[in-house]
Amino acid sequence: MSTPAVAQAPNAHPKPVQRLADRVFSGAALTAGSLILATLAAVAAFLVMQSIPAVTTDPNDISILSGQNFWSYVWPLVFGTVWSAAIALVMAVPVAIGIALFISHYAPRRLAQGLGYVIDLLAAVPSVVFGLWGANTLAPAVQPFYSWLTENLGWFPLFSGQASGTGRTILTASVVLAVMILPIITALCREIFLQTPVLHEEAALALGATRWEMIRIAVLPFGRAGIISAAMLGLGRALGETMAVAMVLSSSGAITVALLTSSNPSTIAANIALSFPEAYGLNVNLLIATGLMLFAITLVINALARYIISRRKEFSGAN
Amino acid sequence: MKFSKFGRVAAVAALAALTLTSCAANESAATGSESTDSELTGTLVGGGASSQQSAQEAWVSAFQKANPDVTVEYDPAGSGAGRDTFIAGGSSFAGSDRAFKDEEIAEDNFAACVPGTGLVELPAYISPIAVVFNLDGIETLNLDPATVAGIFAGTITTWNDEAIVSQNPDAELPDQAITAVHRADDSGTTENFTEYLHATAPDVWTSEADGVWPLEGGEAASQTSGVIDAVTSGTGTIGYADASRAGDLGTVAIKVGEEYVPYSAKAAAAIVDASPAAEGRSEGDLAIELDRTSTEAGVYPIVLISYLIGCTEYEDAEAGKLVKEYFSYIVSEEGQQASADAAGSAPISATIADKSKAAIELIK
Amino acid sequence: MAQTTAAPAVRLSSPTPPPRGQMSNVYASGRLGRWVPWAILGVSLIISLAVFALFQAASGGDFNVAGAIVLTGVLNGILIYVTALLVEGIRKAKDRLVTTLVSSAFIIALAPLISLFITVLSRGTERFDLQLFSESMRNVVGQGGGVLHAIVGTLIMTGIATVISVPVGLLTSIYLVEYGRGALARAITFFVDVMTGIPSIVAGLFAYALFSLVFGPGVRLGVAGAVALSVLMIPVVVRSSEEMLRLVPNELREAAFALGVPKWLTILKVVLPTSLAGITTGVMLAIARVIGETAPLLVAAGFTQNMNYNPFEGRMQSLPVFVYSSYVSQGTDAQAYLDRAWAAALALILIVMALNLIARIVARLFSPKLGR
Repeated sequence: MSTPAVAQAPNAHPKPVQRLADRVFSGAALTAGSLILATLAAVAAFLVMQSIPAVTTDPNDISILSGQNFWSYVWPLVFGTVWSAAIALVMAVPVAIGIALFISHYAPRRLAQGLGYVIDLLAAVPSVVFGLWGANTLAPAVQPFYSWLTENLGWFPLFSGQASGTGRTILTASVVLAVMILPIITALCREIFLQTPVLHEEAALALGATRWEMIRIAVLPFGRAGIISAAMLGLGRALGETMAVAMVLSSSGAITVALLTSSNPSTIAANIALSFPEAYGLNVNLLIATGLMLFAITLVINALARYIISRRKEFSGAN
Repeated sequence: MKFSKFGRVAAVAALAALTLTSCAANESAATGSESTDSELTGTLVGGGASSQQSAQEAWVSAFQKANPDVTVEYDPAGSGAGRDTFIAGGSSFAGSDRAFKDEEIAEDNFAACVPGTGLVELPAYISPIAVVFNLDGIETLNLDPATVAGIFAGTITTWNDEAIVSQNPDAELPDQAITAVHRADDSGTTENFTEYLHATAPDVWTSEADGVWPLEGGEAASQTSGVIDAVTSGTGTIGYADASRAGDLGTVAIKVGEEYVPYSAKAAAAIVDASPAAEGRSEGDLAIELDRTSTEAGVYPIVLISYLIGCTEYEDAEAGKLVKEYFSYIVSEEGQQASADAAGSAPISATIADKSKAAIELIK
Repeated sequence: MAQTTAAPAVRLSSPTPPPRGQMSNVYASGRLGRWVPWAILGVSLIISLAVFALFQAASGGDFNVAGAIVLTGVLNGILIYVTALLVEGIRKAKDRLVTTLVSSAFIIALAPLISLFITVLSRGTERFDLQLFSESMRNVVGQGGGVLHAIVGTLIMTGIATVISVPVGLLTSIYLVEYGRGALARAITFFVDVMTGIPSIVAGLFAYALFSLVFGPGVRLGVAGAVALSVLMIPVVVRSSEEMLRLVPNELREAAFALGVPKWLTILKVVLPTSLAGITTGVMLAIARVIGETAPLLVAAGFTQNMNYNPFEGRMQSLPVFVYSSYVSQGTDAQAYLDRAWAAALALILIVMALNLIARIVARLFSPKLGR
């Protein structure tokens, strides 16, 4: 990944002097990397091993499946996970970029630090509290709006169906997720925008660019890879979020794109949290196997993001 | 910034509390965490059903006060987790919303128990499940099992449906959609409720008893608290939950035989007496086959029975002694009263209490 | 409309772009005075208030505050765009529109934040007293009791998790950015990516399974909880600090090499300090991410009502687990349980805030003084 000039420059010379401290330091970095690799590989191996019985056993022996096969059980969960996280991401990323820009380029310098801190506060709220807030404060507050949407815009597939009586729909869950991942994306974007080379910005301004044009031609291209990375971190959180979704979402295993009804697909992580305490025997393996599916999803999405970043690398400005 | 000021003050307060008090103020030096680790004292570890948690808190607290050198830990991890941990020998007793099945007992691989000695299973925590609803101005409704099943199955969709009106001629039922709220998580409450519906209204409720809500559709909420919150914050909502949490919500009187029975601790305990013991169980195993279709007078049939499960003979005699004492306290009159006060459970009847005491005598 | 002269060069190079209205645009025929955006905001507010007041009068419902605010925002955007388009031309109009959008993004984010904090503060202060910080829950039924045991547990477990994750995570990101290439670096990146989406309860199960192998079945230890948290924390630390290290300009590294500074010193003295603020932010985010975790701790560290200072022996309570279990199993005296839950949640937020503050001060002390 990081083959650029930094790493190659010293090596280009014939046999640079290797100091002891240098070797110790690079050795430590290598060890840490390998350690992570070992740990994560162990987790992955643990998951795979635990999952195998769930897929290979006869579905009738696993009581949660109640006769259906593994894939028909896991498919609505996969859909719900990706769907809710995608909605959350669509809502959170533009807002996060907006806030990051506001803090890094719009707000008065003295105010900016405090504002950044205010947003970071959101990251400090435990997911249980997000769950309580979403279920008991947000859901009742948005319910009338949902009713209005289904009555007036019901022809639109997303708003079709009978509005939920309590407002605890997948849209509410996604809003809560969006609020939860907002500080992660904002904080990273903000740091990245602040690192934009001042010379680039000044050059743009000197050419007569307005502030927005300066941001468009200097700040955003510089930060593009970082923004995608930040969004992926946020997405990871949204995909794996457990308690908040479990407490907010009224789930029934239906596969539907209707956002406002009380029949919503559950998510993998929330389903594990809801079913795990009462699970025994093979049911535990089944739930872990759904966790493995989440792994696979994260993997695909991250690979996609990496691909996009590497294609855009030449524009990124850094390394 | 107001918050950060607040934060600094709180941080200082917390740090001060941490450094100044070597131990929590309510854990006196004699019974503090250090001495409870010593061998003389003993720690009893159990785990399982979260339905028992408030009751276990009360029992543990009273038991620890009476025996200051003992610490009892109860992990409210869930019945399934509790049973698995007990089988693996990770805990000395389990709390579970169902008794072990015959085949599970037949395998006889309980790590904490001496092989071949069997289990002690006590129906020590009886909790009525109330059918609660939120309708303006209506505090109680009379419903027969078929109507309840129809509401939760989605075949009865408005409050002024003929089936409801005919049983409640005096109530002013609105023309409002019914929102039926059920548990989103896998739970003993759902299992008992669906078992009741399937036993008493098999034509309307065709699904077998299951801890996971078997139907699609309807509103789902996690945990008892979530169901109560959803029913309370919506209107025209109906749900089922632990009766102790019904609070100000309207409750349904269930038709049993020819009369409508509102839930009460006594009526809930009565169904346990009216039900036969499960067959083929060992002497200390008091598992019960609940007779949901009982027509006996004054019986409230929707109850959750949560069991205390231990070994008849422990590999570790110390653990056996602690379990015996602890179980004895739980089934005693004070113990049952403590859980009734703290968790709103129904005290077990004298008959069950006597049987339980006899079973506890077997523990070694 | 005050026509200001072109801003001096000094102003252009200042870190914050000059406030609007001070930089002239030679292509634009005129410009809006400073007061115009504010006036437009006021006008939109009045219009939307009037519209919703009419609605209310017509339908007789409650006054729709949220609707009025949304309409104000939309109107404001449109009016500013149109006005600027007419007076200043399309480029300025776009600029003003973006300014409005960016500012409203901030306000959108503030709305849930304020709502959350009002909820937590109003419910949490009920039991936010000295008893909460001086007692555990041993032998407490119903009212009273405190969360000292949970605070201690949270601090110990999060502390251990941080001590494990930060050095390992930071060194790994250094490896990835400064040394790594080839199959190993790719493998690490691959696994770190996958791990960012791990469901937290699976991390708990993994830690539980790991410790069960060593200590026998049913073991619940504080350190097992810490390991579970580390599994969740490491990927966040690696990815955020990797991103920050990559942003350090190569010119800095090359300058150091050119002066004959060895690579390890370059990393330690040049690269790390330059990105320290960002790395700190990343670490704090990682801590905030795991300190509120419930499920893995319930599985790996168990549940107890008693004080436990020893992460290597016995169960350990933590604040999120306490909050969740208090909410889930409320006894007959439900209010006492809820009050404790909210107070504990407030305490948890305050702890994270305090940690955040300390980290920022430390980062400020050690990071180089930059131009901005």
